[in-house]
Amino acid sequence: MDNKYMLTVEDVSKTYDGFKAITDLTFYLFEGELRTVIGPNGAGKSTFFDLITGRAKPDQGRIEFGFNTDLTQLNEYQINRLGIGRKFQTPSVFSEHTVWNNLVLSLKGARGVFASIFHRLSSTQRDRLDELLKLIRLDGKRDWKARQLAHGEKQWLEIGMLLAQDPKILLVDEPAAGMTDEETHRTGELLLSLAGRHSIVVVEHDMTFVKQISNNGQVTVLHQGSVLCEGRFDYVQSNPKVREVYLGRGKADK
Amino acid sequence: MTRTTPPSTTGGPSRRHRGEIGAVAVIALFFLVVFPLLNAHGVVSNFTINLWGKYLCYALLAISVDLLWGYTGLLSLGQALFFSLGGYMFGMYLMRMIGDLGQYHQPIPDFLVFLGWTALPRFWEPFSSFPFALAMVFLLPGLLALVFGFLAFRSRIKGVYFSILTQALTYGASLMFFRNDLLMGGNNGFTDFKFVVGHDLREASTQRGLFIVTAAVLLAVYVGLRLLSHTKFGLVQRAIRDGENRVLFSGYATAHFKLFIFVVAALIAGVAGALYVPQVGIINPSEMDPRKSLEAVVWCAVGGRGTLVGPILGAIGVNALQSWATVGGTAEYWLVILGGLFVFFVLCLPGGIVSLPQRLSFLWRKAKPAPAPAQTPAAAAADPASESS
Repeated sequence: MDNKYMLTVEDVSKTYDGFKAITDLTFYLFEGELRTVIGPNGAGKSTFFDLITGRAKPDQGRIEFGFNTDLTQLNEYQINRLGIGRKFQTPSVFSEHTVWNNLVLSLKGARGVFASIFHRLSSTQRDRLDELLKLIRLDGKRDWKARQLAHGEKQWLEIGMLLAQDPKILLVDEPAAGMTDEETHRTGELLLSLAGRHSIVVVEHDMTFVKQISNNGQVTVLHQGSVLCEGRFDYVQSNPKVREVYLGRGKADK
Repeated sequence: MTRTTPPSTTGGPSRRHRGEIGAVAVIALFFLVVFPLLNAHGVVSNFTINLWGKYLCYALLAISVDLLWGYTGLLSLGQALFFSLGGYMFGMYLMRMIGDLGQYHQPIPDFLVFLGWTALPRFWEPFSSFPFALAMVFLLPGLLALVFGFLAFRSRIKGVYFSILTQALTYGASLMFFRNDLLMGGNNGFTDFKFVVGHDLREASTQRGLFIVTAAVLLAVYVGLRLLSHTKFGLVQRAIRDGENRVLFSGYATAHFKLFIFVVAALIAGVAGALYVPQVGIINPSEMDPRKSLEAVVWCAVGGRGTLVGPILGAIGVNALQSWATVGGTAEYWLVILGGLFVFFVLCLPGGIVSLPQRLSFLWRKAKPAPAPAQTPAAAAADPASESS
């Protein structure tokens, strides 16, 4: 029964110095699914990603990947090697490396100390990188240093770096932050095109964007470290509890 | 050959690389052949070649600091310790080579006679062998770095905490070496060396030979690290400096990389110390003084960190300045000058001496009325493009 899930999170709790960041969270991700997670600040979205990617260990509960691989016993790089990639909220690219080298570093393959000393790019790998450069629309800037890119381009580069790892699950934290409306829309299209081949979890604040990418898929609302409600975008949007804790306040803020 | 990453996408060695290879070859030829020949013919004094031998040892030490600090973002204040350990290991061999020519004319080192020993302590025995001592020059610093690095990086000790810890390790070791009952010469350390592999250290030809060996080691380290920096390993190393989390979340065990680099840096420092001792003629715990590690950091900052040429230039430049400034009335102000130099470079020229040409051309361009409108991103991109092609 569990096997059809890419990711199983059950009854997970995490407390930091008495603050309950995550409380009895249960979350399932299907293979090829594109899931959007929304929630006000402090709802536990970042902690949720931290727990999956091994940056933090849960106090209790079960986190499993695919066919019963227990993620709570693994560290960040082991979890990444299993095929779980994470995009951070603030674009985290290697600012002093070129766009191309950022992708070379992320490309699936040699990860050990000695393997990386003797590593050589194959022509297949080069082709794959060229393909990725086109996909993230940075093929004209392959020799630019990452720090010279615009904010939105950095976000795209990081998405490209994630894809270079060829992960089974992509955890994407606010990909549209700092983007123009057009860039945001293109990001949404990119994510939609990736669903199916990858399972994706997107944390986002921008409701237009959420509406675009949820595309009849499931939206999960986090509130105070637990799932408040889950369902189609329209259902979630019209849910009075959600309106109260999130949407209403979000609109007032804007 | 090992260039696997992007430069190779542009095909064979670029003009810039060929230029670099040419410059390195010319400088290497000068130090390995011309300079020693000039010395043999009396143009360069024995004092000068000996002094330059010392500078090149410091250049190696500076490279070891920069490999960690400039390339990996780990500011180690413990490189003087590895330098001293290498020096002590080789010093033990040199002490054994004195034979019974010491002050007391005993078959054991003078300081042991002074401490009341009549026979050689057991751990001293194998150091009569040159190969053993040479192996220890690598083994002791390497193993210490391996154990210390393993514990520090596994516990994810970073930033200033790492610096403090390496500093403390060095200080602790210096206190240990100051003790007479360690049987390593106490605060006097080792000195009065006579022979190295059968050659008299007081002979000019021996000192010349040591200079050539030092220059050759420096060249080998330079070339080796240059090649390494062009591999994917080199990319990971600099990526750890600029964003360790991203590297970790890209599936790299960053602790393993840092440990490897820490050990390599310790080996380089150890060799530098071993070459330093016969040329300077003394090794004592003052070499582990916290100030020594900090000085090496200043050399890197002055020369330009994150480059290989920078630390070499910085070590030679600052030490030459020191040799010049500490003669006569300015001697007592040396630390003030050194501190001032550090502050000046950090504030005014953070890229160090090596960034000077680039900096000057930038100022030159800015001073001239710009023919084209405001600099566009495309113009800014010209930089990296030319660098990687």
